[in-house]
Amino acid sequence: MHEIFLDELKKLNEEFMEMGVYVNDQIDQATRAFVDHDKKAAQSMVDDQEKVPKESLRIQKKALELMALQQPVATDFRIVISILKAVTDLERIGENALSIALETIRVKGNARIEPVEDTISEMTHNVRHMLIKVLTAYVQDDKKMARDVDNNHNGIYSDYIKARKLIVKGVEKNPDTAVAASSYFVVIRLLERISDHIVNIASWVIYKTTGKLTELIDPNDAL
Amino acid sequence: MKEIMTAKNVKLSYGNFEALHGIDLDFPEKRLTALIGPSGCGKSTFLRCLNRMNDDITGVKISGDIRFNGKDIYSPKMDLVALRKHVGMVFQQPTPFPFSVYDNVAYGLRIAGVKDKKLIEQRVEESLKQAAIWDETKDNLKRNAQAFSGGQQQRICIARTLAIRPEVVLLDEPTSALDPISSMEIEKTLMSLKHKYTFIMVTHNLQQASRVADQVAFLMNGNLIETGPTEKMFISPKNKVTSNYLNGRFG
Repeated sequence: MHEIFLDELKKLNEEFMEMGVYVNDQIDQATRAFVDHDKKAAQSMVDDQEKVPKESLRIQKKALELMALQQPVATDFRIVISILKAVTDLERIGENALSIALETIRVKGNARIEPVEDTISEMTHNVRHMLIKVLTAYVQDDKKMARDVDNNHNGIYSDYIKARKLIVKGVEKNPDTAVAASSYFVVIRLLERISDHIVNIASWVIYKTTGKLTELIDPNDAL
Repeated sequence: MKEIMTAKNVKLSYGNFEALHGIDLDFPEKRLTALIGPSGCGKSTFLRCLNRMNDDITGVKISGDIRFNGKDIYSPKMDLVALRKHVGMVFQQPTPFPFSVYDNVAYGLRIAGVKDKKLIEQRVEESLKQAAIWDETKDNLKRNAQAFSGGQQQRICIARTLAIRPEVVLLDEPTSALDPISSMEIEKTLMSLKHKYTFIMVTHNLQQASRVADQVAFLMNGNLIETGPTEKMFISPKNKVTSNYLNGRFG
């Protein structure tokens, strides 16, 4: 009986990780399409947009079933609850990546600001690194690594401020970039939001490993 | 918070077999402590040490220090009848005496020499009310207690224990012989009483422990593995083995 539960739990964990890896690729694909002006790649993401919410729903359904039918407590309870909570953050990350793809389609063909796009690439790299880190912390039950994700979040915020300044500068230099600039603002904001969700996942890793609920993001830090 | 009972390094052996290997556990006053653990872990044995129910078993040897309100209950000076008046007990199987509900509940008071009929009457009613069985017995107080259902019998037994106004009530799997609805009635009774009395309950029903207990102690193979507030034990116990037991991996 309990082997069945452990097996189910293992599967649930694997599905959560797979979804994490998939969403991480989505961030890459979306920003790459944005920076490369690749409308086709962006469109293929839009075509696949049902995949993440569907998977999220499936994981949530499974987690709820385990809660109701197996009534896990202690460590098992924390594993199921943290998946149930963290999966909605993963889903939001997927939505944000999709929004970046939509911006690609919107901005195509307008004058661009190269230094901003470089910063967006860099920011994407950092956000993806954060997500990989939080997923690793999740698998390894490493609360120290999870806490460290919060430090990376501060770096993302600096990237965000830097990008904003570059956008303003670019528009001042060439007003034709105004349309692209409006998209840049959206994209950097979305990347920053993704990093917030990653920090939320980190706080679920901490709950899973210690049973302590922590607020890693200072609510006063809202942009 | 005041610890009404304290146990230090309690060891118990039957002949050469040591069943408890040195238990340290304190019981806060007016709280419900659940003792949990696999069958044969020593939880009932430990519970029975708390009002000296193991004394008469041949070959039993008990050492360590158990205090009730600071007094050593194993001291030669301890009056056993007085101790059991303060530390009452309810057993797994309902054990009503084969006479009326009224006489069952009045039994302890009469033994204690209470002659005042009015006082007895008042206590019987109060105790039956406290044990949440008054409404079901008030019109049948003369009826034989054994003619009631299992759940009702158990509540009559709780009333009988409460009638002598104990400070601590030991409960040895009080609902394991009952159906879920009767068990719920007992749980409700315990919830409503736990601010008046100190309960120490052995239970195999982990969900029952999580619902009613304030403190949980987990015993295994005669050792106390872990104890703590119920939420802490059921959400983030310190030991992996506690989590495994709570999730039914063994036991």
